[in-house]
Amino acid sequence: MTGTSLRTYLITRLALVVPMVLILLTLVFLLMRVAPGNPIQAALGGHVPESVVKPIEHRLGFDKPLLTQYGDYLWDILRGNFGTTITDNRPLSQIIQQNGAATLELTFFAMLIAIVVGVAIGLVAGRYRDTWLDVGGRMFGIVVYATPPFFLGLLAQLVFGVWLGWLPTSDQASPLTQALLKTHTNILFVDAIWDGNWGALWDVTQHLILPATTLGLITAGVFVRLVRVNVIRTMRDDYIEAARARGIAERRVVFSHAFKNALVPVITVVGLNLALLLGGAVLTETTFNWPGIGHELVLYLENRDYAGVQGIIVVFALVVVAVSVIVDFINAYVDPRIRY
Amino acid sequence: MASTSAPAPITPHGRAKLIALGRATKPIREASGMARFMFWTGVGITLFFVALAIFAPLLSRYNFTQYASGGHRFPQLGHPSSAHWMGTTVQSSDVMSRVVYGAQTELEVVAIALAMSLSVGVPLGLISGYFGGILDRALVLLMDALFAFPYLLIAIVIAFVLATSSIGGGILTAAIAITAAYVPLYFRVVRNHVISVREEPYVDAARALGARPRTVIRKYVFFNVVQNVPPIATLNAADAILLLASLGFLGYGIQPSQGAEWGYDVSRAVSDAASGIWWTGLFPGLAIVLLVTGLTLLGEGLNETLNPVLRQRRFGRFEFDEREPREEALLDQ
Repeated sequence: MTGTSLRTYLITRLALVVPMVLILLTLVFLLMRVAPGNPIQAALGGHVPESVVKPIEHRLGFDKPLLTQYGDYLWDILRGNFGTTITDNRPLSQIIQQNGAATLELTFFAMLIAIVVGVAIGLVAGRYRDTWLDVGGRMFGIVVYATPPFFLGLLAQLVFGVWLGWLPTSDQASPLTQALLKTHTNILFVDAIWDGNWGALWDVTQHLILPATTLGLITAGVFVRLVRVNVIRTMRDDYIEAARARGIAERRVVFSHAFKNALVPVITVVGLNLALLLGGAVLTETTFNWPGIGHELVLYLENRDYAGVQGIIVVFALVVVAVSVIVDFINAYVDPRIRY
Repeated sequence: MASTSAPAPITPHGRAKLIALGRATKPIREASGMARFMFWTGVGITLFFVALAIFAPLLSRYNFTQYASGGHRFPQLGHPSSAHWMGTTVQSSDVMSRVVYGAQTELEVVAIALAMSLSVGVPLGLISGYFGGILDRALVLLMDALFAFPYLLIAIVIAFVLATSSIGGGILTAAIAITAAYVPLYFRVVRNHVISVREEPYVDAARALGARPRTVIRKYVFFNVVQNVPPIATLNAADAILLLASLGFLGYGIQPSQGAEWGYDVSRAVSDAASGIWWTGLFPGLAIVLLVTGLTLLGEGLNETLNPVLRQRRFGRFEFDEREPREEALLDQ
């Protein structure tokens, strides 16, 4: 019985993805193509003779009617072809594989730090509501939220990189490691473990600490707020009262009853914060010269490479939509009330 | 004309308005504890920056583009000193002047952006929520798609397209980029609230009496919905400062000659940090953190004092929609 309703829910949810993706793709197309100015001239840096521009225009299909371009664009994306950049002629699939892996490494560890720090502080603040622990926790949440990732990154570079000299402040690994480490997954952290290359793993970890902590702490602010509110909300619930009435020790009431239930929505929040995290990743990668996909985006923006910018934005859009679907699936599975 | 005439006598209508104002501010005056502390700290910090912005020409010794005074060029990357309290940058400009003038830029852009996103998002939400139908469906689909997208990326794309086209970069470009990022938020908040207000007996009564939709929206729906806006708008202003600074950091904010912008200054300072120069980045960065903290405290203080009713309602009558963490983060606390 639940099987059918879960399946119905999943199918409905997937059907809703199509218009959402279509809208996002259309918006990106409209912004990029209909905007005034010649993108190829812009990418090549101003006044370039027609003889140079024409072949590129032809290669990118910019000489076709707009509607045909739109059709081609959607068809290409459907086939998994996100295009090729104008300035350095790099296929987007390569950017996704190489730079996407670096972004995945950074965001994964950042999310880990955010969850551990955010949930711990949020639980304590909510449990000890209106005490100095709560005030401290909330102030931490607010100040961390108010700090732009690039500023926290700059401070971290100054203190731990320059003054104390403990950690490297840029790149994903030292040049030697990058040259010697064999590529399996493009995620350097995984590649180092794959080969059992502990020296490389140490080097990669050192490079990872500052960027991941910067992005993680900034994201933790959101978790503090939400976990705190959830704890307060669950502590008010009837079943907490009931548990207390049955004489269950307060410690157990808090840990097994309140905290567990307060943490259920965290799954959703983790997924939805991916959007926030991706925005933060663009800034963190730029600050730490981390060769991720956000770093590439900023480069293509600087070079006015429309194809590069468009491709990366489309990838971001698809990732965001995919994650929101996965989150909904997990939620529907965990909480039957959602799949009405 | 108004200045020459005698002060207008308080009409019954005017008195009613005064009483309403008194009632509206009552929760603020009666607030206590954490909410009171947050609200007044937020007010203090925000007013401090407003004062900086207004009196920037009086408060700072130099202009934000100035790199010499009295025929003497300022030192490059000079340490903080009595002549330059916060030191100087690579371009020899005075860091303190840039921080002070920066308050002007940030507040100006954010005020324009907020006014624009409110004037687009609120009416759209009202109309969409009140009339429903196919327009509502289409708008909800569009706004949901935008809402799911990282808003920094929306702002970057808009700023990029505008800056590359003939319009060029500048205060208006930055404001439009920020507006585009926040319209979906206001639309959703207002629309969802209108949906519930629409079914209230007093709205039905107005309709039954033959009021036109325009009147019903203006007189009955609008004021019930708009109450939620001030805390959201304040928290949103905090967010908008961060967004503007992020755009500036990536080079899509204000042109350096147009105004001092903290995010842009921090981006210039990243290379200084590698050689241990801290003052070019620290002060503009702290200014961002302080102003955003101030606005956040103000918004959350407002929320806690003004919205106990809203909060109870959220738990009781409204279904808690777990798919809206951004609104959730803004409304709850």
